[in-house]
Amino acid sequence: MLSKNRPVDSRRSVLLPDGTVAPGAKSRMEEEFLLEALRWMMKSRLYDQRVIALQRQGEFGVYSPGMGQEASIIGSAMAVDPARDWMVPQYRELMATVHHGLPLEVITAQYLGKIGPARIPDGVRVLPTQVSIAAQLPHATGLAWGLRLRGEDSVVIAYIGDGGSSEGDFHEALNLAGVVKAPIVFFLQNNQWAISTSRRVQSATRSFALRAAGYGLEGAEVDGNDVMAVFDVTSEAIARARSGGGPTLIEAVTYRMGFHNTTDNPSRYQDPKEYEEARSRDPIERVQKYLAALGLWDAKREAALTEELRDENERALQLARSASVPRPEDVFANVYQDPPPRLVRQKAELLDGHDA
Amino acid sequence: MTQRNIVEAINSALAEEMEADPRVMVLGLDVGKLGGVFRTTSGLVERFGAERVVDTPLAEASIIGASLGLAIAGMVPVAEIQFLGFTAQGFHQLGPQLGKYRQRSRGRYHCQVTIRAPFGGGIKSPEFHSDAVEAQFVQTPGIKIVMPSNPYDAKGLLLEAIRDPDPVLYCEPDRLYRAGRSEVPDSAYTVPFGKAAVVREGEHVTLVAWSAAVELCMRAAEKLAVEGVSATVVDLRTLVPLDVETLCAQVVKTGRCVIVHEAPLSAGFGAEISATLMEEVFYDLDAPVGRVTAFDVPFPAASLEDHYLPSLDRVVAAVRRTMES
Repeated sequence: MLSKNRPVDSRRSVLLPDGTVAPGAKSRMEEEFLLEALRWMMKSRLYDQRVIALQRQGEFGVYSPGMGQEASIIGSAMAVDPARDWMVPQYRELMATVHHGLPLEVITAQYLGKIGPARIPDGVRVLPTQVSIAAQLPHATGLAWGLRLRGEDSVVIAYIGDGGSSEGDFHEALNLAGVVKAPIVFFLQNNQWAISTSRRVQSATRSFALRAAGYGLEGAEVDGNDVMAVFDVTSEAIARARSGGGPTLIEAVTYRMGFHNTTDNPSRYQDPKEYEEARSRDPIERVQKYLAALGLWDAKREAALTEELRDENERALQLARSASVPRPEDVFANVYQDPPPRLVRQKAELLDGHDA
Repeated sequence: MTQRNIVEAINSALAEEMEADPRVMVLGLDVGKLGGVFRTTSGLVERFGAERVVDTPLAEASIIGASLGLAIAGMVPVAEIQFLGFTAQGFHQLGPQLGKYRQRSRGRYHCQVTIRAPFGGGIKSPEFHSDAVEAQFVQTPGIKIVMPSNPYDAKGLLLEAIRDPDPVLYCEPDRLYRAGRSEVPDSAYTVPFGKAAVVREGEHVTLVAWSAAVELCMRAAEKLAVEGVSATVVDLRTLVPLDVETLCAQVVKTGRCVIVHEAPLSAGFGAEISATLMEEVFYDLDAPVGRVTAFDVPFPAASLEDHYLPSLDRVVAAVRRTMES
């Protein structure tokens, strides 16, 4: 029974929760690169903390933080090439899209309800966040397939969660990707929760990565709180996809240390002991411990970097806040390239109403 | 000029555009060697290869959703959903996803995607094959909805659809696929969206229809002519965009209107047309606007479909009622 239903691969792990490297393990992530990863992970957490505070003051939209999942978010993003690869997010990977070239002020403007200033700039290979769960996956498969047909050497990374894996679109997208051998990596963040629904309720499978076999894909399971292992596993999958080896489903096993979104209240359903246990596996602290042991990290550096990142985030927030607010007629913007007469008339009606 | 039926006209449009534009590709169930269950894609895989004419897994949501992604990659996908009723299993990808993508991305992305789907009753097809659900997609803005009724329009509207930068749902009247041939140019031409056709001019009543119901209205008009009632027949061609101008002008001329469609009555697109006429030309009407539609029941067993669908007798009776009031 166990052997029949075990993960496709043992769960990959390099950096252990205590900040030491697992016996015999080695990552392709060198120290300098790891410092860069730490910077992005800290930026992500600081941004989450800041905008949650703003949301509580009524100055930010409903927001889903990535707290606790930073190793998955950043480790995967660092494995793709913003100059040629495409990123297809769900919505809990904000800092991954920023790493991929989406300016922080642009995605921030989206949460502030801005229109023009929230437009993904030309040349940034990121699709919009997707609130209809898993609906982005068929798009991602089609995009990867199309890029191959166009003769580009691009790979697509598409994000999904444990909850999203129950959707029909997950099945259809992975199945099609396998059939057309699309150059794509499906990155599933198993953060154990879909709002209040436990991962145990989501599926009877012991491992989401196991499902890869059913679609003829490669599957890999990784400690999603281990940025080194996430980077390694994702890099291998990207290289395989780029060389024509087909898609991979990666399950990054992590834990949602925040809430689903700013309307949620995990105290109604979450065991505090489970949360405390997750805290002991914090993805950021283990990197800091590891680097401290090498003499590359200390309280002083942490304080300095924290201040620098807070300033960076604040500048983006400021830019987003001061960006132009939508005009009433923007209701009609970006629906059709050439608005049909009925829309032209409705727009005039709206504007007449405002004049009155 | 060649005499073509609707199947041949569609096939001709696809072949022309695939020849002219290497980005155009066809995907869907059985579109390859079989040439589609109605043979609309016949011969394309032999001519353009399996990379551009793709038999996909049996999964509507991913056929439509992948088309969106293919379009962002720079391809121009023309996807076939085997029957319009089957869009239920891909509804979220068609209406909400394709329809909203330009707006959701603040104009960064658009979806040059055509979704073709045969529909309608009258061919005794199995369950779920005949459903006329076109009006459902009128409620998902961002999509254009095209309903050709004859071979000439079928080719011209399909070429317009493939070239349109916005997503188009192109519904094909399967009952009329091989109903007759008419002149269809061999070369490429387009029929613009939002321009209704006045396919017959009369004095007493205006019949408004689209797709296969146009043919029914033409038969009704012939029969009514014998009784001395002269009917105009307006073929809307596209529901989105809607040609309000032609619709109103033709109804004003006759003062009377009967709308005919294959979808159920309640909240069918006929209700939209009727409401539009109330708003625009109420004082030019000599009688209440009539509707002849399918009934508000699920599409019944094929043995009952003639009783469910609008019939010649019901259309003629509705016109007589309209003339009497």
